[in-house]
Amino acid sequence: MKRRMRLRRNASRLLHLGLVLLLVGAGIALCLLIASLPRGAGLAPAVAAAVPASGVESELTAVLLSFRGYDTLLEMTVLTAALAGVWSLGPAPRLRVSLPGAVLLGMNRTLLPVVILISGYLLWAGGARAGGAFQAGAVLAAAGVLLLLAGATVPDRLRGPPVRAVVIIGLAAYLAVALGVMRDGRRFLEYPATGAGVLMLAIEAACALSIAAILAGMLAGGRPGES
Amino acid sequence: MNAGLVFDALLVAILLWLAAASLASRNLFRGVVLFISFGLVLAMAWGRLDAPDVALAEAGIGAGLAGALLLTALGRLRRPAAGSDEAPSAAEPTGAAARRGRPS
Repeated sequence: MKRRMRLRRNASRLLHLGLVLLLVGAGIALCLLIASLPRGAGLAPAVAAAVPASGVESELTAVLLSFRGYDTLLEMTVLTAALAGVWSLGPAPRLRVSLPGAVLLGMNRTLLPVVILISGYLLWAGGARAGGAFQAGAVLAAAGVLLLLAGATVPDRLRGPPVRAVVIIGLAAYLAVALGVMRDGRRFLEYPATGAGVLMLAIEAACALSIAAILAGMLAGGRPGES
Repeated sequence: MNAGLVFDALLVAILLWLAAASLASRNLFRGVVLFISFGLVLAMAWGRLDAPDVALAEAGIGAGLAGALLLTALGRLRRPAAGSDEAPSAAEPTGAAARRGRPS
């Protein structure tokens, strides 16, 4: 009995050692492979040349919303579908069964307006420098997380359609713009030469709202307001 | 030697250590906290790579929201009847994780 246990322990130790060696080897091989890749400018010059035509100043926003807008549209779809999956698990459990502490409540009261302001700034800044819908949405979602941790729930009159509207508005606005631009003979998601920046900002604003609702909804862990 | 290079090397070493410690931690709460620290240091690494957008997203989503999600999941693991008003079970009140999962 004892001997068998010792054998098993030795075998598991050998397995661990083998796995560690395999991982280290794979890591080193990957590093060497990456180091041997040809170092070029990549797509940067092509992007930089096309940015003036996109309607925004930021290269990143131009890539995300214009050049590869289809990917971002799919990303919004994935996020929305993910929340639908979380909602299908059941009603949201209570995150807090007791009263929140005074420190958390006081911090929320001071922090929440600032968080909303920062989120709005990030959304606006996305047109020219670091920022954008996902960052703005994540910061706004943090406000939702703080509220949830303080025991907040969705008020009765906002349950159902209003919450669903906020969750879906990003995807809906994105699809509406993508299909709307086809009216004048353009292709799917092909923004008009003038006013592309405004369209992108509108999409980003709607997406930031939805992203915030989706991320905070995932923390809630179920359909709002049924428990 | 270049100061930036030293900083980068330090960053890589801390990242690897945090990743290993977070994965190997037997205490789940400790693992989650290490994972959050990993996300924040990773955001710093993205900043060093001149990618402020990715750094923002990593700090906000990777460290902040994923950390909050993991901590909530951890709290729920300790409470068998999720969604009920029952007090958390005292079956396994070991370590800081149990204390964290129980609202005070």
